[in-house]
Amino acid sequence: MKHKTMKNILPVLLAGMMLFSCSKKLDLFPQNDFTSQNAYTNAAGYRSVLAKVYGGLATSGNAGPAGASDIQGLDEGSQSPFIRGFFNCQELPTDEAVVAWNDQTIKDFHNLSWSSSDPFLKGIYARLVYNVMVANEYLRESTDEKLASRGITGNDATNIQASRAEARFIRAFNYWAMMDLFGRGTFIDETNSVGTTLPKEKLRADLFTYIETELKAIETTLKAPRSMEYGRVDQGACWALLARMYLNAQVYTGSARFTDAITYALKVINGGYTLHSNYRELFMADNDKRTGEIIFAVGCDGLRTKSYGNTSFFCHAAAGDDANDFGINGGWYGYRSTKGLADRFSDLTGATDRRAMFITSSFGVSPAQIAISDVGNFGNGLHVNKWRNVRSDGLGVSDVNRDFADVDFPVFRLSEMLLIYAEAVLRGGTGGDVATAVTYVNRIRQRAFGNTSGDINSSQLTTDFILDERARELYWEGHRRTDMVRYNLLTTGTYLWPWKGGVASGTSVDSKYNIFPIPASNRTANPNLSQNPGY
Amino acid sequence: MSLLKKGRTVLYLFLLLLVQTTFAQNRVVSGRVTDAAGAPVAGASVSAKGSSQGVITNDAGRFSISVAPTTSALVVSSTGFAAKEVAINGLQEVNIQLATMTDNLGEVVVVAYGTRKKSDLTGAVTSIGPKEFQKGNINSAEQLLVGKVAGLSVTTGGGAAGGGSRIRIRGGASLNASNDPLIVIDGVPVEGNGIAGSANLLNTINPNDIESFTVLKDASAAALYGSRASNGVLIITTKKGGKGKIRYNYNNLLAVGTIANTVPVLTGDEIRSIVNADAAATGNNTYKNLLGTANTNWQKEIYQRAPSFDNTVSASGMLGKIPFRASLGYLTQDGILRTNHFNRLTGALNLSPKFFNDHLSVNVNLKGSQTKNRFANEGAIGSAVSFDPTKPVYSGNKNWGGFYEWLQPGGLPVDLANRNPLGLLMLRDDRSTVNRFIGNIQLDYKLPFFPDLHVQANLGTDYSSGSGNNNVDSVSATDYKTGGRRSNYEQQKVNQLADVSLFYSKELKSIKSKIDVLVGHSYQSFLTKVSNFPSFSYRAIADPTRPAKRDTIQGSEPVFLTDRPEYRLESYIGRLNFSIMDRYLFTATIRSDASSKLNPNDRTGYFPSLAFAWKMKDDLFKNSSQLNDLKLRLSWGVTGQQDGIGFYSYIPRYSRGAPTAAYQFGNTFVSYLRPEGYDPSIRWESTTTTNIGLDFGLFGNRVTGSVDYYQRTTKDLLANVAVAAGANFVNEIVTNVGNIDSKGLEINLNTNLVRKSDFSWDLGMNFTYNRARITNLLKNPDPNFKGQDVTFIGGGTGNSIGIHSVGYAPSSFYMFKQIYNALGDPIEGLFEDINRDGIINNDDRYIYQKPAADVLLGFNTQLTWKNWSMSIAGHGSFGNYLYNNVNSNNAVLRAIKNPINFIGNATRDYISTRFVNNRYLSDYYIDNASFFRIDNLNFGYNVGSVFKNKASLRINASIQNVLVITKYGGLDPENAGDGGVDNNIYPRPRVYSLGINLDF
Repeated sequence: MKHKTMKNILPVLLAGMMLFSCSKKLDLFPQNDFTSQNAYTNAAGYRSVLAKVYGGLATSGNAGPAGASDIQGLDEGSQSPFIRGFFNCQELPTDEAVVAWNDQTIKDFHNLSWSSSDPFLKGIYARLVYNVMVANEYLRESTDEKLASRGITGNDATNIQASRAEARFIRAFNYWAMMDLFGRGTFIDETNSVGTTLPKEKLRADLFTYIETELKAIETTLKAPRSMEYGRVDQGACWALLARMYLNAQVYTGSARFTDAITYALKVINGGYTLHSNYRELFMADNDKRTGEIIFAVGCDGLRTKSYGNTSFFCHAAAGDDANDFGINGGWYGYRSTKGLADRFSDLTGATDRRAMFITSSFGVSPAQIAISDVGNFGNGLHVNKWRNVRSDGLGVSDVNRDFADVDFPVFRLSEMLLIYAEAVLRGGTGGDVATAVTYVNRIRQRAFGNTSGDINSSQLTTDFILDERARELYWEGHRRTDMVRYNLLTTGTYLWPWKGGVASGTSVDSKYNIFPIPASNRTANPNLSQNPGY
Repeated sequence: MSLLKKGRTVLYLFLLLLVQTTFAQNRVVSGRVTDAAGAPVAGASVSAKGSSQGVITNDAGRFSISVAPTTSALVVSSTGFAAKEVAINGLQEVNIQLATMTDNLGEVVVVAYGTRKKSDLTGAVTSIGPKEFQKGNINSAEQLLVGKVAGLSVTTGGGAAGGGSRIRIRGGASLNASNDPLIVIDGVPVEGNGIAGSANLLNTINPNDIESFTVLKDASAAALYGSRASNGVLIITTKKGGKGKIRYNYNNLLAVGTIANTVPVLTGDEIRSIVNADAAATGNNTYKNLLGTANTNWQKEIYQRAPSFDNTVSASGMLGKIPFRASLGYLTQDGILRTNHFNRLTGALNLSPKFFNDHLSVNVNLKGSQTKNRFANEGAIGSAVSFDPTKPVYSGNKNWGGFYEWLQPGGLPVDLANRNPLGLLMLRDDRSTVNRFIGNIQLDYKLPFFPDLHVQANLGTDYSSGSGNNNVDSVSATDYKTGGRRSNYEQQKVNQLADVSLFYSKELKSIKSKIDVLVGHSYQSFLTKVSNFPSFSYRAIADPTRPAKRDTIQGSEPVFLTDRPEYRLESYIGRLNFSIMDRYLFTATIRSDASSKLNPNDRTGYFPSLAFAWKMKDDLFKNSSQLNDLKLRLSWGVTGQQDGIGFYSYIPRYSRGAPTAAYQFGNTFVSYLRPEGYDPSIRWESTTTTNIGLDFGLFGNRVTGSVDYYQRTTKDLLANVAVAAGANFVNEIVTNVGNIDSKGLEINLNTNLVRKSDFSWDLGMNFTYNRARITNLLKNPDPNFKGQDVTFIGGGTGNSIGIHSVGYAPSSFYMFKQIYNALGDPIEGLFEDINRDGIINNDDRYIYQKPAADVLLGFNTQLTWKNWSMSIAGHGSFGNYLYNNVNSNNAVLRAIKNPINFIGNATRDYISTRFVNNRYLSDYYIDNASFFRIDNLNFGYNVGSVFKNKASLRINASIQNVLVITKYGGLDPENAGDGGVDNNIYPRPRVYSLGINLDF
């Protein structure tokens, strides 16, 4: 009896329960996203991912200026962008820059007292590895097999295949920055799959070999110098990075490679580049026109490539009440320079050497002005008006509100190559000569002085002179720390500048600060990573 | 006072209605209902015998009922008491004493998927009704619970009209995932994440419609909600239809909020003397020349007296053969911060008819509401602290809306300067409208051929829509660059529920046992529809002739016009209750949840629980007259938490970049496609809770209470952890790693100290102790791992002061150790070299105190004398610390002499520290924020029969936020942030209110 009634109701019951039971209902995909299949159905998809490969150097995320950050857990604007992080690491520890702000550990840079838990270091490390990962992803998805399987053929396929060398260059460039700043680090390439195994580590010398091998492998695949569409790398960039690496090879590997430095600097020098007559215009809002001198620049735009950490940062951070001089709508009252940089110039007014761009509507160049009694006081110091969101042709910039800058960030310029040539010759490299070196240096100085009054002769061309000339020519472009390490001046007592080591008159610090520590959180997450000595 | 007028009109209309529908022959009987000890019984139902009309006793136990001349007796009933019939014999005044039911815990409590007799509960469950609710001007449901339940903390986010609260049951079990409990309204688990345009979705429910709250605290009580139950469950049950003649209730509350306290800042004169002295010392007159002559109290300028007016009319009774309740409510409230306003229109309808000889019971709940917010620019709160007091409010000219602003030489505002607080408020018009509808129909069918079995279906929907405009005028110093700003937003949420379940219950007399079983299936979907819009310029004041002129603001175009994030949950539930001799009670439950947020290969989780209760009184103290009740409860169970998991976080995918984040190739800007980080094996957190509890009743149940001790371990913690760089497309990901343990003790105590015929005194207290520790945060052990930085503060960029560290409470403060001089004053910039390496850097930070309280206390007492009553309620928190961000940001010379060449104000703490620069990470700013707050002081008077005995009237007056006892130096020690940062909280107002409650 009971059995029968149960029989009667069970079907009803089950029908009721099954009504909503359908496991397919639980498979959902976001409306606005792409699967890895439909992201790459055509050439435009590839171009968009390639844009991200490059864009990792220009923006901090997918929602410029901020919002969908590539890097999590840090301040998107100040800690995760490449240019700002690279600038902090390369300029703040040196005589070229100090910062007034109190943001977290920002002052540890100039004090040469950072630790492995520093959030800014965590940010730049994460950025470099992130950029490598995106390049790897592009390489994994653009193999011949994948292109064929997605039905991409003809010109599209050829272009995508050629662009693989660019992705490899961007990857090598990020690895170069890791080698230079951190001396060792996470190593991954396109053979590592995502999300499975812990990446391995490469030490500095191995990174050097890897980058060198990669760059040489793509050297012939990349387009000839100055033949690529704007914003993308060609052989010029590849040679320039090799030249820069070889100049510093002794620091990176223990063995000097000055002859190679000369070889590759010469390739660039003979690659059809010329110095632009007006130095100042290299750092203005329309510097995308300066492709004669600029070998590769990271593109920035006030409307379409917005970030708080690209050249917008340069313009804002150096500005105070004089924001108008920087072509932006307001200053952030933060960064300026020290007497160390001032002393490289015999005339700070810019009247003789036009590279001295230190006078603004708010600040002059008097010794009292340059002296820094309080690092936290933006009013103290040498103010740098080098980066300006103003067009040389007088037209308006793209952001009418002047919040974000159009200035592109030159990664390699011809003048750096000329100076590499000269320094490598002086340091014993073969394949070049002092007479040519003097000519090259004088080319730079003639552009700076507007005439030959600044010319030097071969007896004046010393390595110390070149270091000073590099400061005059390349200040605030992200070279100074590398240079001072090469000259062994960063941590030693040989050369002191204001507030070096956190002391007003400057002091030497432990030599471990020649290199940054691997951020502690990375070692926590990946036990394969080792730490630099002393940290 | 047009509000008042409106209210009065409504009242008159109702009275008119009354007069017209009343018969003159009836007479009125009044009286008082008390218990055996003479204490008033509130909420007892009194009706004329043989009639369906009835009234409810008030807090003083008094009633007044209009009866037909033929009526011979009254019938009185109340939960927990035996019903009683009393002859009236022509009397005008009848006093009735009720006897406690032998089973005094006969009260029925709403629990997960059903109801249960309170005496049969096996889990840690607390239920509270209107009698215990917070009184006064309550504008959101959860505020009724402040300080009322052990283990439950409700902390308002501040004093904003219509603002939200942080609700924590046993402190929450998670780190990076949500710690909010699941909220279930009339059987529908509702949207917990809010909606655009609403500061608090719970404010869409009219508190006057709420019948009870049930707090499910332990795993046994909550595990039927499976993957959403780890943070406990709050069940809200709204009032249902009654029997008998239709009765009306009108509830009205008029309140005025006032500012109770402001942040202590320097005056204009003090700023002048500081700046002048500084100029004399340094010889630099830059700042001296910027001084003004005014003495403006900016905080006084931005706050106001805030009236509010709350009305609810409800009707309940039989509509033909259908029991129903309907209510209509309207609340309008100003915030004490100028321009802040909230209003709410609510309607609720409950129908509970029965069909087929009562075999089919239907219960329909419909709740609709429309809330309108005007959000004030709360940036004005901080600005009023930091704006230069030597400057006037108005500049005297028309620029920048007439408000004084710091200007550059060219006349444009200084970019990073403080903005005029009043200008921030007055030049922004930020409004939203939120509509919400929660409806469900519950069908309960008792099978005619097998009456032990019920089939129940519950179909529900929670629909909400939010939309708004945020307009900032073009003359505003904040948004002039874009010609003002007009931003629109729109969002809809649709949450649908379909439950089908089977109840079987059987008494097995042969073994003196009872068994009941529940088996069910549940499907719920949560869909959000988002519309995105560009922003436009807005010039209402600057150019009123063409306010309609719209220019799209560069760069504000959205990437996608719409989005539809959604997740779904499919579940099976099972429960078995088994009781032997009504003394030994067993409960076992299980739920399986399959979630669309997880990988299809492994998306189902199981959440079991077991509980046992022993009614010890009957076995051990059968004959004790002092010990009326004693019950032991033991429970164990596993619950889950999935709120922290992204909807699609297990799927590899690419996302499109915004047009403002693109890269230039040649002459075109190419937008990005970015590979996103994902975790294919992400799971919900699972929390195992064990609970031991004891319920007791002493001295004729004049002392009742419960003690609960629990231990809870969460594993597979959803923590945002560092990913090995290069192993995924993100450097941090929310994944399952780590454990957190917590334990706690909860005591609830209700006493009835005095029970005389016309005087009674009740005292209730609750005590909560909770201690949480992170026990693991890593997949690979690392002795050098300090923890995960959390809690970003205001001031500077990216400064964080908290850490999740193993062995410590979540979000513990991670600071530098301040060094003090012989006088006990902090020495600026001098911190202890904790690791003794000669360098002060980030490695010298240490863990100092934590934001969470060790102990929470709730307290309430009520005195009743004749028709008068007085109650006091308060709550406290002990062992909780706060980071005083207002001082760390403002109590420095740098705030006065701002390097951007303007003058600002400092908080009075500057006088003690004399710090020149901000020392954000100094532990000097960590302050003990233990406090006790008197939430409410309420006076009530029961007027009794009015309007020719046709109605009964109660009047009450109350003061809310009466006083706070604390040593904390900031504005308010009570803080709703889990990180413990006190930064420019919207001050909680002190509210004076007057209410009337009319039954007719």
